[in-house]
Amino acid sequence: MELLLLILVGVLYATGIFMMLRRSMVKLLIGLILLGNGANMLIFLLGGITRGKPPIIGDADKVLTGIYADPVPQSLILTAIVISFGLQSFAIVLLKRVHALIQTDDLNDLNTPDTSI
Amino acid sequence: MLIVVLSGFLFAFLTLLSGKLVRNSLSWFPALLPLALFIYFMSYIPVVAAGPVRFHYPWVTSMGVDLDFKLDGLAMLFSLLITGIGTCIFVYASYYLKGNKYLDRFFCYLSIFMAAMLGMVLADNLIILFIFWELTSISSYFLIGFNNEEKKSRRNALMALTITGAGGFLLMAGFILIGSISGTYSINSLIASGGSLQQHALYGWMILFIFAGAFTKSAQFPFHFWLPGAMVAPTPVSAYLHSATMVKAGIYLLARFTPILGHTTSWSTTLIIVGGITMLYSAFHSLQRIDLKEILAYSTIAALGTLVFLLGIGTSNALLAAAVFILVHALYKAALFMVAGILDHETGTRNIGMLRGLKKVMWPVALAGMLAAFSSAGIPLTFGFIGKELIYESTFHAPYIAVILTLIALFTNILILYAGFQAGIRPFTGKLSGVHQHLHIPSFRLWLPPLLLALLGVVLGIWPSLVDGPLIRPVYTALGETTILSPLLLWHGFNWVVVLSIVTIIAGCLLYYLFVPSRSYIPLTDKWLHLSPEALTVRLGRAFIHFSNRYTNLFHNGFLRSYVSVIIVFITCLLAMKLITGVDVHFDIKTNISDIRSYDIVIFLIIIAAIWKSISTSSRINAVASLSVVGYCICLLFVIYSAPDLAMTQFTIDTLTVVLFVLVLFRLPPFLKINDRRVILRDSVIATAFGLLIAIIALEVMNEPTTKDISKFYSENAYLLAKGKNVVNVMLVDFRGFDTLVEITVLTIAALGVYSLMKLRVSSTTKE
Amino acid sequence: MKSIILKTASNYLLPLLLLFAVFILLRGHYKPGGGFVGGLIASIAFVLHSFANGLQNTRKLLRYPPGAFIPVGLAISLLSGLAPMLIGKPFMSGEWLSVQVPIIGLIGTPLFFDIGVFFVVIGVTLTILFTISESIL
Repeated sequence: MELLLLILVGVLYATGIFMMLRRSMVKLLIGLILLGNGANMLIFLLGGITRGKPPIIGDADKVLTGIYADPVPQSLILTAIVISFGLQSFAIVLLKRVHALIQTDDLNDLNTPDTSI
Repeated sequence: MLIVVLSGFLFAFLTLLSGKLVRNSLSWFPALLPLALFIYFMSYIPVVAAGPVRFHYPWVTSMGVDLDFKLDGLAMLFSLLITGIGTCIFVYASYYLKGNKYLDRFFCYLSIFMAAMLGMVLADNLIILFIFWELTSISSYFLIGFNNEEKKSRRNALMALTITGAGGFLLMAGFILIGSISGTYSINSLIASGGSLQQHALYGWMILFIFAGAFTKSAQFPFHFWLPGAMVAPTPVSAYLHSATMVKAGIYLLARFTPILGHTTSWSTTLIIVGGITMLYSAFHSLQRIDLKEILAYSTIAALGTLVFLLGIGTSNALLAAAVFILVHALYKAALFMVAGILDHETGTRNIGMLRGLKKVMWPVALAGMLAAFSSAGIPLTFGFIGKELIYESTFHAPYIAVILTLIALFTNILILYAGFQAGIRPFTGKLSGVHQHLHIPSFRLWLPPLLLALLGVVLGIWPSLVDGPLIRPVYTALGETTILSPLLLWHGFNWVVVLSIVTIIAGCLLYYLFVPSRSYIPLTDKWLHLSPEALTVRLGRAFIHFSNRYTNLFHNGFLRSYVSVIIVFITCLLAMKLITGVDVHFDIKTNISDIRSYDIVIFLIIIAAIWKSISTSSRINAVASLSVVGYCICLLFVIYSAPDLAMTQFTIDTLTVVLFVLVLFRLPPFLKINDRRVILRDSVIATAFGLLIAIIALEVMNEPTTKDISKFYSENAYLLAKGKNVVNVMLVDFRGFDTLVEITVLTIAALGVYSLMKLRVSSTTKE
Repeated sequence: MKSIILKTASNYLLPLLLLFAVFILLRGHYKPGGGFVGGLIASIAFVLHSFANGLQNTRKLLRYPPGAFIPVGLAISLLSGLAPMLIGKPFMSGEWLSVQVPIIGLIGTPLFFDIGVFFVVIGVTLTILFTISESIL
């Protein structure tokens, strides 16, 4: 299964970057989301995947015993998911704002190089 | 001692705080600081005459950087010059800039400069010395550009900062080089182990860097041009920084390093050549100027060249002459500058052709100017005479090419005399012009400081023993000299040196009477202007700006995708190279790999299909729907692979993201229809390469054994320490609670950002 | 989206979902759940309600602007961290009462921290969504 997830991570990264290279702002946003998912999956995969053993201590026990999923990447990803929501909403609003100002989806119309001497 | 050094900075701050008082009634108040410091240093004279005093305050001891200060003869001479002339300048400036709305700021800069200069001459640690060195450059920048509304001021200030800053940069390299070779940054230890560095293979680099610092700071050819430019500063600044103190910092540095790096052929030859060229070049240039301050600026450069030249000769005589000449020059040049400032202030012009006969209306100024001019000319009974005698003495008895050296000194001295007379005598003699009839004696705060300094030049000339034992000899000792020389005398008896002095005076007076300075001489050198060091520097600067523009426009072109592709391509190439050369990629994760079940494959295929759909569709709603499918499938993966918390979060967030998109999407434009096959192909290649690279790296990481100590700690202690059984949640709210606190703050900021962006009203004008 | 069915359903769903959100929040320390998920579920409940009944009604129901939840939540979290300092413990050290409560387990500072997170998440999510859906640019 690891190999399938590996391919998935690769595909998410590749498509994310591909979409970020488009001229359309909406596509840029889609690329951002795909890339975020890819990063989450990468962390998840590298933490090691375990089927059906959540990191929750049984009712009778005091410590986790036996095989269990790694809790550290999970808490990292949980944080990342919530933060990425904040990022996405901010990006969407920014995009909307820009669109309201310049009436276009084309990133080329935003182009003002720093130096124009 | 630390308080003494830092008091200027503190005082600068206070001046700013009480700006209104300083601007109005209490403008004389800042002068109390240099006066107090002057008295403080005076009280140390008997102690220092016996031997240096050292002060030690630990700072970064582990890196060999301590706040070490040493008050020896050299530091004492400079400290007295800084604080003594400083007092005069503070008093003078309080009237000179009376009514200026930035007077408080001026005193602030001036105090900072004074403190930095004191710190520099007192520092006994290379790094400390460097810090204060740079502070003097920066405060000088502010002072030159004090009239910052004028373009010329800003330009010249920047030019001065560029030149001295570049020199400072090289100086730092030199200090670090010396520090790492000798293993200590303490100047005292360096002097104690004197001589060992001269034999080192990197000695050439060391002196090159030190020279770069000293020559730029002390305006030696070919870095001299910033000093005449710096004359745009208010005259108190020119008198203080650009003749008496700051420009002598380079001389100080050379003198300080004479016992450490000096007395070699390369040291002496370089200093003599550079000093000699500077002397001749600037003395010649002072002939062509008609602006009082410019004449003085060029004669200052000539004097600085003389000092470098004397340090280069390096004999006991020459070092003694240098010590005396530092004092002589500081006294008369500061006085002359202040006189020039008074003339400018009262008459509104500095053109020497238009200033005549002013002795009738302002006799104290005339007296000050005349005495200072005599001292600069080396007329007997002035301190300048003694200085000049010593200079001829040392060139005359120089170990090699004594005749040539003497001729250079003679020529320069004649022109220094000429410059001194132009500034100190010409404006006061002759017939008073009609427009200046109404003038009268200015405030004593203007004429007293230069008169004091000029009088001091005469007093010391008559009784040189006043400074000889207490002040000059310790300097001489600090330069590492032990040979006992005869004391300073008013009259050495009749010999060749006296003849030279007389020749200087006669030739100088002839020049003064016969040569009429005029603007018409400037074109003579103008045709060489494009080859002057200044023009070359300006061209270099322009070329650099041009290059930066080209470079910036190439890489910082405003296209997000070009930044992304440059970054991605670079990272991909770098990592791929490392992977190809360094690591062998292999697939041997057969062990502890989990099996593939049928529903895994189904989910995988759905995700791939959804991703494909989301990037290939031309409809926005399809893209968003596909994205949510990707999200929900990932959520399923979390469920299967034991991450219930993640699954729940992913599910809710995904739902909210869809809601968000749906709310916004229909107000957004449809996708652009741009189908450039070549571009798509290029981007696909970049993206595929990057995805592949990430996958390979992930594979490599999975091949490596990992330690699970951290997870183990949390798993074992979640209940025992934190009384919770859901380890992920316990980590979030307890073990790593602080991170979560910051995270929710970040979320808050995102919400505030969204809110303000949406509620912001954009007026129609800014819509452009 | 003025469907009668949705409208009726959402009126019943809102309290149920909110109850569920609180349940998820409180059991978070022992079973899957916690402040983040609980807050998100509560936000979804309100978003659903606003779809069915219109934004104005949801705002009325909430009584306070959603942004007001944010400082409240941040304050609760911060205070739960500061509280142990009153008895001389370092910032954010966990302290528990010895009373055992069903579902929640022991009551302690981490619980209050999680409640703070819950409110911040509700506030942030609703602020973002309501702001965006309200403004027509």
